[in-house]
Amino acid sequence: MSLVRSHVLICGGTGCTASGSLSIEEKFKESLKKFDLENEVDIVKTGCFGLCEAGPIVVVYPEGAFYSGVKSEDIERITEEHLLKGRIVKDLLFKDAIEKDVIKSVDEVNFYKRQKRIALKNCGIINPEVIDEYIAYDGYRALGKVLTEMSQQDVIDEIKKSGLRGRGGGGFPSGLKWQFTKNATGDVKYVACNADEGDPGAFMDRSVLEGDPHAIIEAMAIAAYAIGASEGFVYIRAEYPIAVNRLEIAIEQAKEYGLLGENIFSTDFSFDLEIRLGAGAFVCGEETALIESIEGRRGMPRPRPPFPANKGIWQKPTLLNNVETYANIPQIILKGAEWFNSIGTEKSTGTKVFALGGKINNTGLVEIPMGTTLRDVIFEIGGGIPKGKKFKAVQTGGPSGGCLTETQLDEEISYDNLVRLGSMMGSGGMIVMDEDNCMVDVARFFLDFTVDESCGKCTPCREGTKRMLEILDKICQGKAEMEDLNRLDNLANMIKDSALCGLGQTAPNPVLSTMQHFRHEYIEHIVDKKCSAGVCQELLQIKITEDCIGCTACKNVCPVDCISGERKSLHEIDQNECIKCGACIDKCPVNAIIKE
Amino acid sequence: MENMVNITIDGQELSVPNSYTVLEAAREVGIDIPTLCYLKDINEVGACRVCVVEVEGARNLIASCVQPVNEGMVVKTHSRRVRQSRRTNLELVLANHNRECLTCSKNGSCELQTLSDELGVSDRNFEGAKREGHFDDLSPSVVRDSSKCILCGRCVNVCKQTQGIGILDFVNRGFQTVVAPAFEMSLTEVPCISCGQCINVCPVGALTEKDNTDLIWDALENDDLHVIVQTAPAVRSALGEEFGYPIGTGVTGKMVAALKKLGFAKVFDTNFAADLTIMEEGHELLGRVKNGGTLPMITSCSPGWINYIENFYPEFLDNLSSCKSPQQMFGAIAKSYYAEKFEIDPKKIFVASVMPCVAKKGEIKRGEMEANGLRDVDAVITTRELAKMIKEARIDFNRLEDASYDKVLGEYTGAGVIFGATGGVMEAALRTVVDVVTGDDLENLEYKAVRGIEGVKEATLEIGDLTVNAAIAHGTANASKLLEKIKSGEKDYHFIEIMACPGGCVNGGGQPFVNAETRNSIDIRVERAKVLYSEDAGLPLRKSHKNPEIQALYSEFLGEPNGHKAHELLHTHYQKKEKYNRNK
Repeated sequence: MSLVRSHVLICGGTGCTASGSLSIEEKFKESLKKFDLENEVDIVKTGCFGLCEAGPIVVVYPEGAFYSGVKSEDIERITEEHLLKGRIVKDLLFKDAIEKDVIKSVDEVNFYKRQKRIALKNCGIINPEVIDEYIAYDGYRALGKVLTEMSQQDVIDEIKKSGLRGRGGGGFPSGLKWQFTKNATGDVKYVACNADEGDPGAFMDRSVLEGDPHAIIEAMAIAAYAIGASEGFVYIRAEYPIAVNRLEIAIEQAKEYGLLGENIFSTDFSFDLEIRLGAGAFVCGEETALIESIEGRRGMPRPRPPFPANKGIWQKPTLLNNVETYANIPQIILKGAEWFNSIGTEKSTGTKVFALGGKINNTGLVEIPMGTTLRDVIFEIGGGIPKGKKFKAVQTGGPSGGCLTETQLDEEISYDNLVRLGSMMGSGGMIVMDEDNCMVDVARFFLDFTVDESCGKCTPCREGTKRMLEILDKICQGKAEMEDLNRLDNLANMIKDSALCGLGQTAPNPVLSTMQHFRHEYIEHIVDKKCSAGVCQELLQIKITEDCIGCTACKNVCPVDCISGERKSLHEIDQNECIKCGACIDKCPVNAIIKE
Repeated sequence: MENMVNITIDGQELSVPNSYTVLEAAREVGIDIPTLCYLKDINEVGACRVCVVEVEGARNLIASCVQPVNEGMVVKTHSRRVRQSRRTNLELVLANHNRECLTCSKNGSCELQTLSDELGVSDRNFEGAKREGHFDDLSPSVVRDSSKCILCGRCVNVCKQTQGIGILDFVNRGFQTVVAPAFEMSLTEVPCISCGQCINVCPVGALTEKDNTDLIWDALENDDLHVIVQTAPAVRSALGEEFGYPIGTGVTGKMVAALKKLGFAKVFDTNFAADLTIMEEGHELLGRVKNGGTLPMITSCSPGWINYIENFYPEFLDNLSSCKSPQQMFGAIAKSYYAEKFEIDPKKIFVASVMPCVAKKGEIKRGEMEANGLRDVDAVITTRELAKMIKEARIDFNRLEDASYDKVLGEYTGAGVIFGATGGVMEAALRTVVDVVTGDDLENLEYKAVRGIEGVKEATLEIGDLTVNAAIAHGTANASKLLEKIKSGEKDYHFIEIMACPGGCVNGGGQPFVNAETRNSIDIRVERAKVLYSEDAGLPLRKSHKNPEIQALYSEFLGEPNGHKAHELLHTHYQKKEKYNRNK
């Protein structure tokens, strides 16, 4: 490797790629050539930086200058000013990276300062397509240590001691799972990685695989050694092409380096890894459905027991962990269980990655120590609610989780605490809602998702969630009665109690938690036939106020001719005819048309 | 020795093997947990959630059909929480079910109907959207109405696991899930073998046979026609179930009496044709052995099996016996020999069949199943359809005096009777082949090795100078296993009997429905087969070649077995089928 004086890190995650980071890379190459800097500056295409809101992101080291929203036309300036002349281009920096003319490096920015990166350690740092970069950042040292210095049980004991719990949602103690699989009888065992991330808006696992695929390979090899497996599968959704591609490259490179295959580190241990692509069914994130899918069948959950630890892939003992769980493993082995369990809370050790979304300024990925409060995540790291709107709720756990309210903002984030509050950790989706969100509509959104994604196997989930959705539709249309609320509640609890798999058992959660915390909104819809957030179309009326100047613009644009009125006099909307499309609101030059 | 565990169900302490499910444990002590999707050995999936129970310490309700017992487990099977959940789940199923109960062919034998009554479903709580239904009655054998399907998955598993085919599977997801062939094609466009096992396991009316009773009624009303009927051996073993007799009761005499009351001119027995089949098939086997013909020779009586081999193992078509099935042989003889003998215009003879089988409905339509321009058989009804006709005609079945089959095509031997059970054709053939080869009249004629419900059976027999390796398979998944072993060279046989349905014709797709609860405690294949074996044991003649009517048929009409006339009337051929896109 040659020595250079500057590194330009360009985010190559899915978000920044979508907003043009590939052309930025090309442009940088051109400019470096133009200014004859090719031998002095290196370009590194990295994984996700996390702050997707501000993409495409470019970070220049050694200064740690944090450029955001970079466009092709900015490249030449950055090259000439910064790389050639050594002057950071202030106006292109991320807004928080410059305060009163003082430039902050990327890790001093609020968004990053309070994060603790373990799973995302190498994301946005190394080029995921170059195994040497991973190795340079201690990569495969943990595997070496495990294979040459530790017994199988030593490894499992270390994981147990670390207190690591499954990051896919359930929070089951990982060490215990490993122990069960090791203890299970069988000549052939498998390790598998669940990369079928499906929660709407969640992309933690994608980012890890895009940014640091070797960490997963290393962790799976460690796990395979610990439980006595020699084959592994990564089940990943086909909608993650970049992640799949980088994982394929990583597997190839690991094979070349002898880090996968026969006699790894010249020991008796051999391990091979295969990729299985999922077709995008949410239910395939459920472990037994995932196994069915790996075996080539329709992804439908199997009854448990038997658990995968005893009868998994092809009825053989199988260890199945999620991507983020694996991402923690090499660090735990290298730095020790005590280091890991010193982070976080007593029963939820380490960190958790969240995908922050919704009504929040810094949309993106954050990794925080367990025990951080919701307020810190939303208002400090996340930068609060845009446009000065008022916080209403935060939804965690995706379609399986629940909503938390303003009074719960100072609660700590941990597995047990979130469950106690009526939500759950889930895989890490965190969606913030403000005063413009209707909570009945939010519940309906999530339920609509689970109705679509139900596999159709068991009655409560297949039939019951659909009936719940029908009741919610009625409520949102103002056609429900108070009795419907009881029916909704009964049905939700019955489904939770009797569905076959985790998807069905948790599907009612968004409804139950909004009914608990925002019951008044439900009642408002049912009794007053109103949606004060202004979301439920059927309950809204579009009205023309006294401010109308009689310009007839609204009348001309109305697609159903339901606005009447003479020129220069107050216009009126026929409520029976109005389809609430809102075209008139956009057209009115004096903002005299309102929704209420 | 199995490990025992102690559990408590509804306060009752019991000790059961640890391989038991909670459901099995409860039933052992007479605690009846309701089930809907569950069907022992065939569908153990925990999908319908009707069998849920409360287990102490468990957060959620547990499906007892798939939950193994654990030491110290405490189970409640009818707490309020359990009952409420069961009822709601059942109401949810009903809300998406086409409730044309009164006009449904399953009215009265529907498991959903019974359960709704037993679990006290009263409200229509969940009226709303219904999934899109699909109706397919293009197959001559099976009618599929997905508007009645409750997605229990029994048909999916019986087709995939028991039969090894997989015509039906879940299509679409969530609320839009249906059970259907690939791409929701018609059953006529996919390699469905029409065995009808899916019909037998369907708890509701989503899968039924194509009803042909009208064809029979019309023929009986037509004075120009001479309407005769044949009854397959297995029909008598199960028809009684439709009239309240316990499973395993033979009702031959009453059945014949009922058919006569219905107005058939003559009531004949397919057993007669089964004896004839043995004559032809036995000689064909000997011919192949002596002349170096294709071996192993495989039986061709089961039309489901013929459909299967034509679709899935066409490379074995030369191994099939060229004999038509007994049903078809009967028709061919009725419209030739019988017509001649009784001086009836064969064009006016209408041959009806009562079969335990729905594939037989398709068999009569095969192009080659005719002689002298006349279809061998004109209409087929199943055992169930016959019961319907008897009920509709208001015949008091239970009070009927036994009647006997008519002469000329009605005499049969024990060999013909046992055709209805797996291994029966083999045993019948052996009885004749042994005598033909040795020239003796062997006394010991029961071949126990070929009886029973083991999936694949084998026997090696020394017959004179010949060593005959025989094998028997029933259910097409077993047939496939057997054929694969022959293909790989692992096994070598001379003669093979294959029946498409598990257990043979006694468990055919046209036999009376037996609900899951009964199937859980009784093996109907065994009970019905007993009827046939005991009738065989009680008959004076038990070898096909001893049947005087068969002897007369050869001497008066056919000449030699496998002779020219026999070939013309009683033999057929087969062809490879394209599995998909048949209509294109």
